[in-house]
Formats: sequence, C-alpha cells, structure tokens
Amino acid sequence: MSDEKPMRAVFGETLVELGRQRADLVVCDADVSSSTQTRLFAQAYPKRFFNFGIAEANMVAAAAGMAAAGLTPVVSSFAFLLALRAGDAVHSETAYNRLNVKIAGGYAGLSDYADGASHQSICDVAVMRAIPNITVIAPADQTETVLAARAMLDWPGTVYLRLSRHNVPKIFPDNHDFAIGRGTLVRPGTDVFFITTGTVLPMTMQAAGELASRGVSAGILHLPTVKPLDRNMLLDAAAHAGAIVTVEEHTIIGGLGEAVAAELAENRPVPAVRCGIPDRFGESGKYEEILARAGLDCKQIAETACRAIKIKNRFSSRKCGE
Amino acid sequence: MSAADQPDIRETCRELRKTIIWMIHHAGSGHSGGSLSCVEILTVLYDRVMRIRPAEPGWPPRDRLILSKGHAAPALYATLARKGYFDHALLATLRTTGSPLQGHPSMRALPGVDMSSGSLGMGLSAGLGMALARDVKGENWRVFVVCGDGEMDEGQNWEALMAAAKWRVAGLVAIIDRNHVQLDGTEDEVMPLGDLSAKLSAFGWNVMACDGHDPDELEKTISAAAAQAGPCAVVAATVKGKGVSFMEGRSAWHGKPIDAQAFQTAMAELEGAKS
Repeated sequence: MSDEKPMRAVFGETLVELGRQRADLVVCDADVSSSTQTRLFAQAYPKRFFNFGIAEANMVAAAAGMAAAGLTPVVSSFAFLLALRAGDAVHSETAYNRLNVKIAGGYAGLSDYADGASHQSICDVAVMRAIPNITVIAPADQTETVLAARAMLDWPGTVYLRLSRHNVPKIFPDNHDFAIGRGTLVRPGTDVFFITTGTVLPMTMQAAGELASRGVSAGILHLPTVKPLDRNMLLDAAAHAGAIVTVEEHTIIGGLGEAVAAELAENRPVPAVRCGIPDRFGESGKYEEILARAGLDCKQIAETACRAIKIKNRFSSRKCGE
Repeated sequence: MSAADQPDIRETCRELRKTIIWMIHHAGSGHSGGSLSCVEILTVLYDRVMRIRPAEPGWPPRDRLILSKGHAAPALYATLARKGYFDHALLATLRTTGSPLQGHPSMRALPGVDMSSGSLGMGLSAGLGMALARDVKGENWRVFVVCGDGEMDEGQNWEALMAAAKWRVAGLVAIIDRNHVQLDGTEDEVMPLGDLSAKLSAFGWNVMACDGHDPDELEKTISAAAAQAGPCAVVAATVKGKGVSFMEGRSAWHGKPIDAQAFQTAMAELEGAKS
C-alpha cells in the first residue's frame, strides 16, 4: 500500500479530470464544496458548478430536472443529508424516474469523527439500497474512488457513491479491473470469508493477516457495489469457507451485512456474522477510537471471524486458532 | 388571441371538466377539486402558450410543463388526450393496474409527462434544474410549473425560489393555482400563506396576478411572465372545484370519490353551463 490520501481529495480531483472529458457533467453542492472538495470542479468549470446553499432537497430535485434535460449531474453533500434530508427528492424525483443523477455522499460512516453524531452518516446505505433503481457503491481506496467515479457516469440511472472524509491508502493498482456490480477477491481463504465494502478493507486485511498467523485461513471478498450484490462471488465464498463475516462502516441494520445475510439465507445458508456499527448513534472522538468503540478494529474484526467459525463448527471440536 | 376565440376555449374547458368528472367517477377515486381549479391554466398553456409537438412528445426544444400539484393528474391527462398525445380511450384506465395513467403523473409511464410528480413541493425545484440545464446547453425553451397554493407549505419551494432568484433564471414560470383550499380545510385553517405575492416578490421573483379562470387574462399574463428577464410567478386566482357548485370551495371534495348521484348532478350542471 502506498501513501494515504483523503478520499474526498481523490474524488474532487477525479471530477475535474472527468469534467475535461465530458461536457454533460455538472456538479452541484450544498455549501460544503470546500469540505467535499467539489470546489476543485467549481474552480475549473464555474459555469458547470451550482452551489445550492444549505438546501439539499432542492438541490437533488433540481438535479433530477437537469438530468431530465440531458445533463449528468453529480450532487454532493454530506451523506446523511443526501439520504435523509433530501431522501424524498432522491426517492420521488431521481430514483422513481430512473434519472441520471449521481449522488456523492461525502463524510460517510464515522469519518467526520470530531463533529460527532449529528454529522456522521450511519444509515445512508440502508436508505439508498431500499429505494428501487438506485445503484450503491462504496469504494475502499484511492483507485476504487477514481474508477467508481468514472464508472458511475457511464452507468445509466441513479447511483449513490459513498465517500469518506478520511485518508485512504492505494490498495489496488491503476489498472485494477473495476466494474459496477462486481466483487474483487482480495484474499483466498477456507475457514471463513470476510465480505467488505468501503473503507474497512485495510483493517480487514490486517485482521485476516493476524488470523493467518494463528493458523486460521480467512479470505476477503470485497464488494464495492452493495447493490446490486455480486451474488455469484458471494455464494462461491460461502460455499468455499462455510462461514461469512460482513464488515462495514455503517449500522448493522440495513447495510451490507443484512444484504449479504438475506442473500445467503435464501440461497446458501451458512453462518453470517455482521461486523459494523451497533444499533446506536456515533460520537465525537479520534477516528480510530470511535471506530474501535463501534467494534471496528483489527482485533474485534478477527474475533468476529472466530465467532463465525465457532458457529460453523458448533457440532465439531475445532477451535478458532488452535 | 381575438375575443372571437373566447367561446371556443371556454367550451373546451367545459368539456374538459366533464371528462375529468367522468374519469374520477369511473376510476372510483381521484382529486376533483384541484383538477377543476386548474383547467383554464392547463388549457391556455397547451393551446395558446407552449411550443409543443404532441406527435413527438420528446421533441428536444419543446417547452416543458411540470404539474407540481400532481394530484390534478386527471386535468393533465384529459388535456394531453385532447392534444393528441394518446388515445382518448386510455382515459378510462385512470388508476387501474398496468395503466400509464397512474394516480399521479409518471414520466416513465406516459409520454408527454415531462416530470413525475405527486410528492408535493418538488416541481419547482425540478423545473429550476431543467432551466439551468437548458442554459448550460445554450438552448432556449421555457419551463412552466403549475403549483398548488397548498403545496407552498413545503419549505422546499422556498429553497427553489431563492435559488432561481440567485441565478436569475429566465423562462421559468411558476403558475400558482390559488384556490385557497387544501386537503384538511381552507388554507387559513390549515396553514395561512399570508400575502403570497409579497412573499414571492421578497424572494426575488417577478410576480404577476390574474384571474385563473379567464383564458385571455391567463394567456396575456403567462406570456408576459415567460418573457421576463428572471423567474416569474403568476398567482392565478381560482376556485377549487370550479364549475360544479357543490364542489366549489369545499375541501371535502379534495379527494372524495364521485358516486353515481354526484356524478349525474355534476354532469347535468356542466351540461347546463353550455354557452
């Protein structure tokens, strides 16, 4: 992994690059462009940038109108505002009409750590994936952020792109084979498979490494697209390891974990344990600390894997890491 | 338009009201009051103001219409059928399973609908977005948004008003069907709007007022509004349930099914109003 860089900066720079290639691309923000870094696009293409002020619902519905008139608008703000404050506009204007609006939810998860619960976005994926016609993508690293931003412009209809405020490493190479709806096998495994989405990938890779040192073979299937899920890869992983652990920086209700659990229950029942933010609000603090308090650190992710293996082996004598 | 044309458009409106009453009666549900109040507004827009090609609903330089008060769908559908966007026979399928005539207008279901609506208070935002896109693309069509006065309760309208004033968007006309009655009661009972024209003006819009049931006055006012240098609102004074005496001004007829007796009475009344 190379040097880390804020995901928002990667996204902002990518928009500038895409703006050069596509005259139909316009960007809208709701008075947080200096935070989300869409201001880079505003500086480069002032005539194709619209600052709607602190009025997210109007912004999203206006973007629907822009899309109906043939443009490809990216709407940017904090993730919880787009999912909740502008939720009806997302639902009734963009998604219902299958309009080409790309919703860039910044500061997702707990990544706006110091600002606390009022600014953290813990249920945006649940809202977005429950609405028909919305494709939901949560990139993990710098490369996926670039590739997802590019891919969503070519993808028909409404797309929700979940972005972090925080630094992310570069895990995947520039020529990474990214496609919406497709997973990436990051690491093979036979005892348990982690299913990840978004920024939790690095800590999950660390957890898998630690488990390996204890003799536990933990694979990682990374699913940047939460909807539609890469069903075939997911069912393969379940068949291969017989135990699944989902990891996401989102409430365990309604996000990747429940999407995976439902898919498995219907098609390949194996134990599936959800690692994510428990059913409570976030808090202010250092990023790593509040993540850990929500159960998201290398140690707790590894422990969750052991729990999944124990469930799998309930009727056998095998112990985790022994 | 000459005065000689007046009886024709009034006759058209009378026929449309009959069609609307029949559609809602036939469907067993629907919104009579708000459909009847915007008949002249829609008729004037489609007959005298908008540049459209009914045979080519997606014609790129067409003027756009957004019925933000989507519950007035029967009025829009009856108008679109009359203009030839689809066969009149489809009107009988309003609100039935599989029909393109959804309870509220759906742009994906019915050609001729420029933007879906139903959830109130969003049409003005969508219209603003269309007008901004038009300007980015350097095109010159116009956007007409028909709003209910009740839906002005929604704060999002005021967000859209501010934004349109910020960018001085021309060729964006909000026509407010000012019938003073909403679902639960009169506007004064539910949520008083106060001096609506003054508020719109304070939000940076040009504001005009007219009789929303007078075709000539509507035509003159809407045409002038569309020619303004910035966004323009037309506050059209209307009567909810216009044309059917027992529905006029009564919130009870916002969304009440029209039973056989009410249907006969209403149709007889509209028939009797023939000029």
